[in-house]
Order: sequence, then structure tokens, then C-alpha cells
Amino acid sequence: MARRSPDTARAFMAALLLSLAVPNGWAGSSDKPPADKPQNDKQQMRGLDEQIQEVKSDVLRIAAELNQLEEKLLYPSGTQVAVFVALAKGDTMRLDAVRLLIDGQPAAQYVYSAKELEALRKGGVQRIYVGNVATGDHQIEVTVEGKRESGADFSRTEHFAFRKDVKPKMVGLTFGGQGSGNPPIALGDW
Amino acid sequence: MRRASFGLVGLGLLLGLAVRPSVGAPPAASAAPKDLYFAEALYHAYQGQYFDALQRLDTEIAQYRGLDEPRLDTLHYYINDAEFSVGDFELDYRMHHRAGRAIKAVLEGAVDPAVRNEAAYRLARIHFQKGQFDDAENALGRIEGTIPYAVRDDIEYLRANLDMAQGRPGDAVKVLKDLKAGGDLTGFAAYNLGIALLQDGRQKDAIEQLERAGQLTLGDPADLAVRDKANLVLGSILFEAAEFDRAKQALDRVRLEGPFSNQALLRAGWAEATSKNFDRALVPWSILADREPTDGAVQEALLALPHAYASLNLHGRAAILYGHALEQFSHQVETVDASIGSIREGRFLKALVREESRQDDTWVIRLRTLPGAPETYYLMELMASHDFQTALHNYLDLEDLKERLAGWNTSLDAFDDIIRLRGDNYTPLLPEVDARFRELDSRMRLRLEQQKSLGERLHAMLTAPRPELLANAEERIAGDRLAQIEKQLGGSTRPDSLALRERVARLRGVLTWRLETEYDQRLTDAYAHLKELNADVAALNRQYEAFVRTRQAATHSYVGYDTPIGHLRTDVRESLQRVESLIAQQGHLIETVAIDQLVARRDRLAAQQTQARYAVADSYDRAARAQADAEKH
Repeated sequence: MARRSPDTARAFMAALLLSLAVPNGWAGSSDKPPADKPQNDKQQMRGLDEQIQEVKSDVLRIAAELNQLEEKLLYPSGTQVAVFVALAKGDTMRLDAVRLLIDGQPAAQYVYSAKELEALRKGGVQRIYVGNVATGDHQIEVTVEGKRESGADFSRTEHFAFRKDVKPKMVGLTFGGQGSGNPPIALGDW
Repeated sequence: MRRASFGLVGLGLLLGLAVRPSVGAPPAASAAPKDLYFAEALYHAYQGQYFDALQRLDTEIAQYRGLDEPRLDTLHYYINDAEFSVGDFELDYRMHHRAGRAIKAVLEGAVDPAVRNEAAYRLARIHFQKGQFDDAENALGRIEGTIPYAVRDDIEYLRANLDMAQGRPGDAVKVLKDLKAGGDLTGFAAYNLGIALLQDGRQKDAIEQLERAGQLTLGDPADLAVRDKANLVLGSILFEAAEFDRAKQALDRVRLEGPFSNQALLRAGWAEATSKNFDRALVPWSILADREPTDGAVQEALLALPHAYASLNLHGRAAILYGHALEQFSHQVETVDASIGSIREGRFLKALVREESRQDDTWVIRLRTLPGAPETYYLMELMASHDFQTALHNYLDLEDLKERLAGWNTSLDAFDDIIRLRGDNYTPLLPEVDARFRELDSRMRLRLEQQKSLGERLHAMLTAPRPELLANAEERIAGDRLAQIEKQLGGSTRPDSLALRERVARLRGVLTWRLETEYDQRLTDAYAHLKELNADVAALNRQYEAFVRTRQAATHSYVGYDTPIGHLRTDVRESLQRVESLIAQQGHLIETVAIDQLVARRDRLAAQQTQARYAVADSYDRAARAQADAEKH
């Protein structure tokens, strides 16, 4: 698992390059507005920045409370099932789409963007589905579509059984490109 | 012609230290089980969705902290990483205050020295980024003992940056000299060492160091950018020292496709022109003059190029190019005016928040090329200011928060509907269900008592055998019947009664014989039956518990939500009002700054326009005179 903010470097890089792109751009010499004006603007920006940080903090707190409420109301632990998706470590397959059926009923269908695929490749895990099932035994059908490293298309469907107990159920699916040595679809129980 | 952008002012601006992107440390133990929610937070963070990442990780850490035995949780293996990641996500989400508080909490907690030292480094980095240099030094001063390998160089690099920021370039030199060899920091450390030497007054050493920094073999885009910067600075220093050939060599090393390319081309031209090689100045300036016309360096080149031709006495060509420059400046003045007008009409902010504009990291560059959107043409130049960038990102964050809050308002309405519908459904049903349940419950309890009693009796028979208790129904009836006959016979001594009594005794004997001889088998069978009964009772109990849970869930699905939903609704409404107010203030400020900058740019363009206008006339005059002179001779 990665250690720290993964995109820090990239975001910082973008900002760095943007600022470097015009090293003495028009903030340089004759393009400067009157000297006291930018200082005043800067102070205002910083003042607003403080307020924005506070409001972000408040909204994050609301989001956490809302999440708890949503979970309690829509996905109580007694019936909650969540399906997570990961890519096998170091696998270079290009994951295009995933389709899930639980007990024969469509549960999720997802088409991946380049950004999402990159996040999965870096070790991120996507929660692709949250829903409710009764306690007992269930079936999940997983279809994965993508491209192998060679560029050839591949599609694979697998069936797995899982058991739902009283506590929330977390089903983990790990995908690997065919021919990569990793199983195409592996079920993990977390 | 003015050389302002290539003078000392420009050089001074270039001499800022290169700030290096933070680099990920090695992964934690891979053998540990994955913590799905931490990994999910990373999934969002890897996509730049820091709000979602924070929301997920905050919740996960709070739950972990609330556990009785947190070491049994999968997050236990990653808790330090998770705590630091929260700080990183907060920094990425421009929440420096909270990031600082989170890291201080780690620093003051009971953690091992390596973790505390990493926290101290991170805190110092935050203070440094905010320009709080004394606090940054204090935080670095707390580092003692074991230092994690992953941040060792980062700490020294930050120390050098602090030395520079505090006006101690000599100290920075010492630190950077130890650091410059190898590792992720090679390019940045080499460049910064050159700058530190320069600021320490050791120009010769600085030039040698920047020569080295400008010729490093590197592959990372950030390193390549900083190598370009080293060459650009070196070229500028050598130019100021009138070493034009060496300046030209350094400037020629700047990549043509890199972020410093325009400045390098402009300066390379000036290096040639100042040493009177006007013909050689034409090459870089001709390349530059064909580039993006909103760039300041390109606009300078539009005047510099005909100046070179004029210096070569090619006044006709110079006149044409001054005319072209005049056209370009007029067009750019119109563009700037259109940009200002468009920004005043609020289109700039609208363009920024277009969803399709922010699909990837190049959105700023793509925005500039939006057809029919003059408000964004000069965005790159505006983005050169760090405060403007922060303000812009904050504006986008506020827009995102507004969308979320508005969505949550709708969600809360939907929750109310769900709760009402569930109430309508369950309220009439539950009394009947409860009555039926109470009846079944009492019957079940009776049976459970019976099962318990049977179990106890069987258990007692292991030590005190009671064969009669294992008689079957037929045998019990037969026994009762025999007892009844015995009772009827009473004490009669009649011969037929005696015969009957004997027969009864014989039958009882048979019965007793059977019960006694079959006792062990019967006890074993009884135990087997009790076991079967226990299994049935266990199934019954599970069903009972499932029913109780379902019954509770039914109530919990619509009772007790009024207060939390009410509070949340108030919080959402109030936050939305604050966010909208901040959007208005932030938007106004961004527009004001952008317009101020554009007005300043317009003034400069107007001055260049005037310069070009006079130069056109002058060049035509000179060309005409030259032609007349030629005709005379």
C-alpha cells in the first residue's frame, strides 16, 4: 500500500511547471499593477483562504455524518454487502469494464476512465457496489473486459459463492490480465 | 529597445530556489492484509479527489480509534501511514491548518522516534510552505534519534531551503554539498546549490555548479524542467558578466519544448545581439516570434526580431516585421480587451468551472485554446502567480462543495420520503405482527422449558438410573393398566384373584425386565434424540433472533431520524450559504486580480504598439533613404 498522498508530486509538478513556465512573466517589471494593490489583493486572498479552510472542515464533518446516516438508513449492517475491486499488483492489463450480477440480478456495471485505471494500478481499491442482501448463501457473477499487454481483447466471466452473516459483508475482487500469471478474477474475503 | 525582461529584475526573479515535489516513501509491509477503506481513500486520492479521500479516511481512522481492540483491525498495520496520508490529503486539498493540527497530534502522541521525526519533518514542510520559517526551524529542531531513511534527504533539503529563506546561503551550501550526490533530489539539489553559492557571493563557484546542474543526465519531467532553469539562470549570469558565448552555450541547452524555452530563446537572441551578432540573433527570435502570441517573451521577440534586421541595415525587412508586430499588438490589445470584457461579464469563472475543462492535468492549457472564449486566453500568464493559482483552486473547491451541499439537500429530502413511506408501510402492520409474535414467543418459551427439563433429567439419570422414565408410551399404558388391575384386586384372596395377581406380577416382571435390560440402549437413544432436538431448537433460536433483528430493523428504518436529519439539514443550509458567499467573494477577487493584470498587460501592449508604430515609420524612412542613397551611387 502506498505510503502517502500519491498525487502530491503530480499536482505539485503541474503547479511548479505552470509557475515556471513564465519565470518573470508579467509579474516581472512593467506589467505590475500599482504596488499597494497586489498586496491588498494578496491579503484578501489569504483572508478568504482561511475562511475556505474552515468551511471545508465543516463540510467534511457534515459529509461524515451524512455517510453514517446513509449507511444506517439505506445499508444497515445486517443486510449490507459491499463489493471492492482491485488490480493484481504489478499487472499491466488495461481494465475496460466490469459487470456484476448478484443472485442473477444486475448489481453494477462500470466503465473505467484512464485516471481510474491508473489509480487502480497504483494500488487503489474501488468500492464498485454497495447494496443489501439477506443473510445466507449468495452467488456473484463477475464479467471483466479489457486488453492484454499485447493489445488483444479479453473477456472473462466467473461465478463465486459468498455467505452473508449478520455483520456487513465485504467482497473483494482482484483482476489480473490473462497470461500475466495472475488469476483473471480472484475472490478475496475481507 | 528596452531589455527589461532580461535585466537584473528578470534575473532576480529567476533566482528563486527550485521547490521539489514530495516523493512517496517506500510502501509498508506488503504481507499485511489490505485495509480496504484506506486503499479506497488512496483510490480517490490518486485521482485528485481529495475530499472523497479525506472523507473516507477520516471515517476509517475514527472507527479504528473507537475499537476495543484496534490491533485486530486491518488498519492497525497502516495506522501511521494513514495518519500521515490524512495530513497529505489535507495539504493537497489546501487545508494547511488542519494538516498542521493532524501532524502536531502525531508529534505529541506516544509514537516511536522514527514516526515522530517524520511528523516533525512534515510539520516543518507545512510551515515552510506557509512562509513561517521560524516555526519550520523549530519543527526541524525537534528531530532527534532515528530518522526514517525515506525522509532523510528530504529533511536536509528542507533545511537547506530554510537556510536560504533565512538569508544563510553559506549554511545552505554546506547542507546541499552533502546532499547533491545521487538520489531523487539530484537535479533540484544541484540547481539549488548553484543558487546558494551565488547568493553567498561565490559567483565563480556558482557558475561552475550551475554548469554541472545544467548538464546532468535526467529523465523525470520535473528534473528536466529544473535543469532547464539552471541553464537559463546560468545563461543570464554569464550574460550579465558579458560572457556572451558561454551564455549562448548555456541557453542553447534549454530544451525547445520545455517550460523555459521562450525565455531561453529570447535571452539567447539578446546574447547574440549584445555581442553584435545580429544575424545569429535572428535564429532564436524568428523561432520565438512564431509562437503563442499571448506569451510575454513572444511579444518581446516581435519587436526584437525587426530590431535585429534594422541593425543589419535590412530596413525594408525590418519595416515589414515591425508592421507585422504592430498588427499582432493591435490584435493582442483587442484580445486583452475582449478578455477583460468577458471577465467583467462573468464568463471567466463560468469557463473555469466547466466540467469538461477539468478532465485532466492539462485543463489550464486547453482552456486557453477554447474557441470563442477570450476570457481564458491569458490564463497561463495569470497562473504564474502562486496566490492566483491557490485562489483559483479554492474557487473550484468551493464550486465543488456547493454542488455537494446542494446534492445533499436533495438527498435529505429523499431520506425524509423514504422514512415517511417506511412509516406508512410498517405502522399498520407492526401491531398485528407483534401480537402474533408474542403468542409464538410464549409457546416457544414453553417448549424451551420442556427441552431444558428433559436435558436435566437425562443428565441426572447418568448418576441415578431411572429406567421407568425411559418407558415408551405403550409401556407406560401397560404399567398403568397393571397398577389399575392390582388396585382392583386389592387384598382379595379368592383363587381367581390369586391367579390374576400372579399373572399381573409376571407381566410387571416382563415390563421391568425389558426396561432394565434395554436401559442403556434407551438412554443412548434418548441422548441422540435430545441432540436432534437441540439442533432443532438452535435453528429455532436463530430464526427467533433473525426475526428480532428484522423487527428491530423495521423500527430503526423509520424511527429516530427526525433529529439528526433536522440538524444535518440546518448544517447543510448554513454551509451552503457560507459557501455561496465565499464563492461570490473569491470570484470577485479573482476577476479583479485578473482584470488588473490584464489592464497592466494591455498598457504594456499599448506601449509596445506605440514603439512598433514609430519603428515602422522609422524603418520605412531608413529604407527609403537607403534606397535613395543606393540610386545616387
